[in-house]
Amino acid sequence: MSADAFLRMEGIDKKYGGTIALKGVSLSAELGEVHALVGENGAGKSTLMNILSGAVVPDAGSISLGRTAVTMRSPHHANALGIRAVHQEFSLVPQLSIAENILMGKLPTRGRRRMVIDWPRAYKRARELLSELGFAGLDEHTRVYRLSVSQQQVVEIAKALAEKPSVLILDEPSAVLSKEELSLLFALIRRLRAEKTLILYISHRLEEVFEIADRITVLRDGEVVDTVRRDSIDQNDLIRMMVGRSFEEIYPKRKTRIADEVLSVRGLTREGEFSDIEFSLHRGEVLGMFGLVGSGRTAVARSIFGAEPPASGSIRVEGTPLRMRTPHDAVSAGISLVTEDRKRDGLVMTATICDNVSLASFPRMSRGIVLKRKLQERLVEGKIKELALKPQRIGAYVRTLSGGNQQKVVLAKWLLCNTKVLLLDEPTRGVDIGAKVEIYHLINALVEAGVGVLLISSEMLEVLGMSDRILVMREGRLVGEVGREEASEEVLLQLAAGVVATEGKA
Amino acid sequence: MKTNAPLMERTRSIFKVRSSDLIFLAIFAVLFLVSSLVLETFLTSRNLLNISRQVVTNGLISIGMLIVILTGGIDLSVGCTVALCGIMATGLQRVMPTTLAILVALGVGLLIGFANGFFIARFKLQPFIVTLATMGVVRGVTYVFSETPQSPVDPLFRSLLGGGFIGTIPVAPLIMIGFYFLAWFFLNRTIPGRAIGAIGGNVEAVRLAGISVKGHLILAYMLCGFFASVAGIILASRLGIAQPSVGAGFELDAIAAVVIGGGVMSGGSGGAIGTFCGVLALGFIDNLLNQFNVQSYYQQIVKGLIILAAVISRRKK
Repeated sequence: MSADAFLRMEGIDKKYGGTIALKGVSLSAELGEVHALVGENGAGKSTLMNILSGAVVPDAGSISLGRTAVTMRSPHHANALGIRAVHQEFSLVPQLSIAENILMGKLPTRGRRRMVIDWPRAYKRARELLSELGFAGLDEHTRVYRLSVSQQQVVEIAKALAEKPSVLILDEPSAVLSKEELSLLFALIRRLRAEKTLILYISHRLEEVFEIADRITVLRDGEVVDTVRRDSIDQNDLIRMMVGRSFEEIYPKRKTRIADEVLSVRGLTREGEFSDIEFSLHRGEVLGMFGLVGSGRTAVARSIFGAEPPASGSIRVEGTPLRMRTPHDAVSAGISLVTEDRKRDGLVMTATICDNVSLASFPRMSRGIVLKRKLQERLVEGKIKELALKPQRIGAYVRTLSGGNQQKVVLAKWLLCNTKVLLLDEPTRGVDIGAKVEIYHLINALVEAGVGVLLISSEMLEVLGMSDRILVMREGRLVGEVGREEASEEVLLQLAAGVVATEGKA
Repeated sequence: MKTNAPLMERTRSIFKVRSSDLIFLAIFAVLFLVSSLVLETFLTSRNLLNISRQVVTNGLISIGMLIVILTGGIDLSVGCTVALCGIMATGLQRVMPTTLAILVALGVGLLIGFANGFFIARFKLQPFIVTLATMGVVRGVTYVFSETPQSPVDPLFRSLLGGGFIGTIPVAPLIMIGFYFLAWFFLNRTIPGRAIGAIGGNVEAVRLAGISVKGHLILAYMLCGFFASVAGIILASRLGIAQPSVGAGFELDAIAAVVIGGGVMSGGSGGAIGTFCGVLALGFIDNLLNQFNVQSYYQQIVKGLIILAAVISRRKK
């Protein structure tokens, strides 16, 4: 590839504890190019961009900008070199105005010592910037906490562009944007490209990538598969490159024996999140739940589990009405929830495997309040062997494990308390493909043993590959149910985005 | 060799020994040796028993502080609880039997802890602010109860708890060591103990495991109030007088002991054995500095620096 490209990253390695995040990754890109990075969750896209933006220090490798070797010491240093990143997590201060957020660290000043902030000029500058970017609808005086998530995304982008960077990194910018906002963003990206900005665009929505990118680099399990021109490839090729094996190899077949109803949800409603959710889940069934980010999937699962109780509606487990006040009620009834972010609310990172796996089953392994150590160790070790979790030493601290093994700890915790209904929210996020397949096999084993599984995922292939039926959510409502045979990517996306519904009415 | 390795691992994991802890132990061993060589008075049984009695107050408070710090909290009101419970256990002896007075004082300690835990858990308030508020309230109540120091009426109160001996060994340190055993068992071998440690690591994960977070937070602060109360009663007994002004800064010594012993203020890390070592370390340093006739102002400086060193050595890379 071009040895004189503007941006060159070569031989980048990065390990987190025992997990290899990046292995010998090389990437080169030119000014005036939109370069997309694609790959499954955990492929290393975000880590690579965090290294480029100075947030993460690589273990090995070199970076050069305009043929000058550079070492990113900090995000501040990367900014000074003209690299700006818009991350999935926002870096805005909610209590401050839009203007102050955009101009943070570079507010205009006046006075002889330049010690006094020149507010009129600051607001004027922010105003100009917003309208320049095509977002004149936002008032620069508004406090950021009053904004919707998509508006905050816009502010974040404006903040990144305030200093006219030569490299702009956008990490999943479309995840929270509406269609109109997305087309505004694309118009902006095209303008920046014409002005010779290099745009690195991370997304797992392939349609977007094909619409906006000039070249595409595919990452898988921390390594670069290839960099290709957009017009030399189609979506199917791209998917194959991302996944690295065939559909059948990843999603193993199972014997389907769907039995009687185990979970029944009727009229579940929570103001502003979802309304009138109704469905049944059967023993031995994987019920997929698909929807775009913000469609309310996670809120429904958390509500069934009692993490945020619903305002109205009823839930029955094996015909028995469930009191839905706290997670304790759900756990006692045999419902488990594997949350989408295991670091945030699934695992106690400061504790051992043993403690984490025991957490939901303490009453089973104690007399009074005193733990029976032998019994506890036997139960935990049994589950760990069953899940092929490495290491098998139960005294190991969870924070030292790889993403896939951490997820197995979470699953072990719930399998230990005799689950009847397993709610899985993005169960394979941030785990490598090998562990992913293991988790799929595990789900199959559970289902064959008679557990009912609700599988929430934003990876369409996962939902298609694993589910017996698929529910589709949009804007807090169930908008469709698709059987295994009729299900396809097109059908799901149309339902999730609302295309079919409008056609149906016409 | 092969059989030895897991055994080593096991002992290491049981006692939660880290290399930074080993360095600390080594430093203290050297300090201990040097002082016993230089100072004739240091390694006498009299001095050692003195130290053991002096560390009792901080030792007891630190158990409670450890439990609260494990949840990711802090309790600033322990010093005042020491004062109030000490003066109640002493003053109430005029109007009721000594045993009852002690029970009332212990109850008051539990009550203060309950109030702390209730406000923190129920209204999701910051422990620092809540216990800062109760610290003021409790100190005020102490002066309302008695503006003047109280001396115990019952001679047994003095001779048993603070001044008592079993053979040549003073009773108070034995009580403290007993409570450390209980604390170790509670934190390692019981459900609430494990839950409290996990809450500091990740509240949400614990809540979603179906465990009551509120209940365990309240329990943690009640235990903290209880241990402060025991400390106050024993201190009053040892000194033979209870001052309403006593206890200022005790919370800081307890926090220091927990942190030196491997506790982390964000919660989830720390243990009874580490805290016990932290208490002893602080006790030895105080004693040494006294024996070398270092002014108390310098002692505070030295203690502050030691805390900084302990925290820096355990910093995550």
